[in-house]
Amino acid sequence: MSEPLLQVRELITAFDTEAGLVRAVDQVSFEVAKGQTLGIVGESGCGKSVTAMSLIGLLPQPMGKILQGEVLFKGRDLTRLKNSEMRKIRGNEIGVIFQEPMTALNPVHRIGKQIAECFLLHKKVSKKKAWESAIEMLRLVKIPAPELRAMDYPHQLSGGMRQRVVIAMALACRPDLVIADEPTTALDVTVQAQILDLIKRLQGEMGMAVMLITHDLGVIAETCDEVVVMYAGRVVERAPAAELFARPLHAYTRGLLASIPRMDTPRKSILPVIPGMVAALRDFVPGCRFCQRMGRDGATLRERPPFIQVAPGHWVEACPICYAATEL
Amino acid sequence: MMTPILSVRDLKVHFPVLGGVFSSKIGSVRAVDGVSLDIAPGETLGLVGESGCGKSTLGRAIVRLTDATAGSVSFDGRNITHTGPRGMRPLRKDLQMIFQDPVESLNARHSIREILEEPLIIHGVGNAASRAARVKELLDRVGLPASAQDRYPFEFSGGQRQRVGIARAIALKPKLIVCDEPVSALDVSVQSQVLNLLLELQREMGLSYLFIAHDLAVVKHISDRVAVMYLGKIVEMADAEEVYHRPKHAYTKALLSAIPEPEVNRDKKRILLEGDVPSPIDPPKGSAFGHRIRHHRYEETIGADLSLQELAPGHWVAADPCCLTPEDWALVSKEVPQLV
Ligand SMILES: Nc1ncnc2c1ncn2[C@@H]1O[C@H](COP(=O)(O)OP(=O)(O)OP(=O)(O)O)[C@@H](O)[C@H]1O
Ligand SMILES: Nc1ncnc2c1ncn2[C@@H]1O[C@H](COP(=O)(O)OP(=O)(O)OP(=O)(O)O)[C@@H](O)[C@H]1O
Ligand SMILES: [Mg+2]
Ligand SMILES: [Mg+2]
Repeated sequence: MSEPLLQVRELITAFDTEAGLVRAVDQVSFEVAKGQTLGIVGESGCGKSVTAMSLIGLLPQPMGKILQGEVLFKGRDLTRLKNSEMRKIRGNEIGVIFQEPMTALNPVHRIGKQIAECFLLHKKVSKKKAWESAIEMLRLVKIPAPELRAMDYPHQLSGGMRQRVVIAMALACRPDLVIADEPTTALDVTVQAQILDLIKRLQGEMGMAVMLITHDLGVIAETCDEVVVMYAGRVVERAPAAELFARPLHAYTRGLLASIPRMDTPRKSILPVIPGMVAALRDFVPGCRFCQRMGRDGATLRERPPFIQVAPGHWVEACPICYAATEL
Repeated sequence: MMTPILSVRDLKVHFPVLGGVFSSKIGSVRAVDGVSLDIAPGETLGLVGESGCGKSTLGRAIVRLTDATAGSVSFDGRNITHTGPRGMRPLRKDLQMIFQDPVESLNARHSIREILEEPLIIHGVGNAASRAARVKELLDRVGLPASAQDRYPFEFSGGQRQRVGIARAIALKPKLIVCDEPVSALDVSVQSQVLNLLLELQREMGLSYLFIAHDLAVVKHISDRVAVMYLGKIVEMADAEEVYHRPKHAYTKALLSAIPEPEVNRDKKRILLEGDVPSPIDPPKGSAFGHRIRHHRYEETIGADLSLQELAPGHWVAADPCCLTPEDWALVSKEVPQLV
């Protein structure tokens, strides 16, 4: 693996709530190398978006706080930057694609203008040039009739088109790293295939790295080099993509893979599910949180299991119950 | 087929495109352009298609959140095509929608309890105590803790908010729910819970669904029949197994080949669609898909009747020479196959 572009070390992010400080992200570490794609998967609410927001200084204020950890991007610790410095990096060196496109788009501005803004802000170009570049970006993300569509307001676009506009904005300045939170979730598979193809192409051309948050394991399998599996604020497993699909080791990862309807699953059958539900943030135990979900009590809930490397690049949170050591 | 709970006939929804100095109408977006379909009680019709092809607009027109330009919508035996908000109010109980974007659909200033209680209050269901019990039951039904009721939408993750949307939709035990990408925002383990939930509710209450999604494996799993939409029109509709195992339309075939499978297999064969997605503002005059793939028979489709034909029992496909194999086209058109 080449030199990491982004290194996240022992990140802890908490929210100030009525119940006190609760940790949504609890000592998360991972790396993204130049030109590589890292996938992050995990239960809804496990802290994927909060992790992403922490990296780029967009935590909801004043509730969200980074309590500990480093986010090294090209050697600089982003957690120490001033807002003004962060703003220069965001949208320029780091492109961001948000989970909910409406939060990233300004409802009162034409979409062409919003994309052109990226060029005006970060690259010193004329207004005319910025507008042309914006249309070119819309074309790249396969918006039909881009010259006409550039004049639209966000509410005039379909869900998938809005998402493509957000993707266009994120890629506009040819960033070194793209943080994409469910970028293709709102898209149909053919457009999804085109967008993933576009991201791959830009990656090839510019050595762009991608941090891809998605719950679509199909997308992960087709695009990612490495995968991080999160559960209840923590990384429970991390491995090269092929290795993870061939040999999932943590009980949560296995449950996840089992619960996807596949093309050959009997129609209208009840799907296997992971029983129970994730505990509320404030009730998280210090130990194995998947054991907590399974309603187990005992030693494994008390102490955080060690995170061990079991094969080259394959790491797993080694709870004696949830880690299937017997498979090795 | 039983008397359908929903009947849509030649429905069109066009939006004006404004431009020029006086913001006058310079064209229209043909978001839905002549759709007909039926849904039987207890049945799920899956709806798939390219982004922007008009799925949400069709769903919104069915529940009367968007006005139809032409055609008709009948629900439970009543023509509701032009029923206004007041007329719809008593029907809301039976006709619900779950939205694609949960942020847009939940009032940010209301607590989860208020959000779930609102439909019960509007329809005068129960008293304060029974409503409170119902709210707890609904939360439990969608897998959220009872403590969620005092919190606000922004305190939840995307997936959790979607479950609130589902709880609200089922609060009044409707007959039909238009589900617009209800599980797209959910991670897979919750997705399977929600799909199971929708299936169980259907078994318990005999609910019908129009299930819009772009995840084809999910649609196949939950649907009895599947309709494939392309640029405002349905191009293929059949039993789910039929559509997936014996697709007839070229677009359906491309769609099926693009499904990402959850296993690492880098050299899978895929039909990558060339050309730009056509625009509903100025759609091609003939076969939209034929135009996109620059089919040599495209010219023939201009002005031709491309409406759905029953190619096999219950298997409907657009009579489009650009999008069918020569054998299927011969069956549809009764044309003698040409030996090329
Ligand atoms: N502003 C906030 N105040 C309090 N808690 C919050 C806030 N924002 C998020 N959380 C909590 O932090 C946790 C992590 O949320 P996050 O949005 O990162 O989940 P996620 O993994 O992205 O889920 P999804 O797949 O559903 O998008 C959740 O339990 C959520 O309820
Ligand atoms: N209020 C509106 N005004 C103008 N055009 C609109 C409006 N709502 C939708 N459209 C247009 O109608 C077409 C269909 O949009 P719709 O949201 O129905 O697509 P969709 O199939 O649901 O797509 P997606 O899969 O991306 O959600 C698009 O071209 C869209 O831009
Ligand atoms: Mg998220
Ligand atoms: Mg839609």
